[in-house]
Amino acid sequence: MSEAVRGVPKKERPEFRNIHVTELANYRLPPSGMVSILHRISGFGLFLLLPFLLYLLQESLRSEWSFAHFAGIVDNVFVKIVLLGLSWAYLHHFSAGIRHLFMDNHMALDKDSAHATALLVLVISLALTVLVGLKLFGVF
Amino acid sequence: MATKNNIGPKRLVVGAHYGVRDWLAQRVTAIVMVIYTVILLGTFFSAPDFSYESWAGLFARQWFKLFSLVTFLGLYYHVWVGVRDIWMDYVKPVGVRLTLQIATVLWLLACAAWTVQILWSV
Repeated sequence: MSEAVRGVPKKERPEFRNIHVTELANYRLPPSGMVSILHRISGFGLFLLLPFLLYLLQESLRSEWSFAHFAGIVDNVFVKIVLLGLSWAYLHHFSAGIRHLFMDNHMALDKDSAHATALLVLVISLALTVLVGLKLFGVF
Repeated sequence: MATKNNIGPKRLVVGAHYGVRDWLAQRVTAIVMVIYTVILLGTFFSAPDFSYESWAGLFARQWFKLFSLVTFLGLYYHVWVGVRDIWMDYVKPVGVRLTLQIATVLWLLACAAWTVQILWSV
């Protein structure tokens, strides 16, 4: 290669990389993006806490004595908060999954409808979680 | 389609269709879980109080045991597809990924057996 070409300074070229973990906090996603990543996070969280949920189901069903044990566990405030978090995870995964099924069938695919249904999923899942929370903490 | 030129070394390698199969399985199991959730919540909220009698009474019925088992088995297949996607997206070293995938399958099989034990304990 000639000296002339080698001597030319390299032009600054824009570089595109995948988002880094440290950028997650100030990376603004549209509602549909939030629904998407929360769908994944809620699903993984439910997977991780599956043994706890199966254990609760077991204690609630096996006998009247184990049911009393189950009621005792659920009476703990910390457990209630964990259960509230899991309820949100389930309800979000549930609502976002139903949105997913509609979109699989080519419904509400354009940008505006996707935006609207994503907001709907976020609002409905939070509202249902509040309802579950009121029931859980004995308000009604 | 030019299927005649599709023989021997020119054969189109398009995989074992497990992509479509798992995609469809994830959706079918999702629909089963939606129905199960609605029935469970409906029963839960229509009962006057959350007592052992009403709760265990529901699970004591044979049809509900079978419905529960089918739903949970569907759930574990659904979980397998979703968690496998997560490992494939974020875990690049093949050895670590394979280990996590195998661990996931074995763990979900154990959960399935545990579910049978729970459902038939009442």
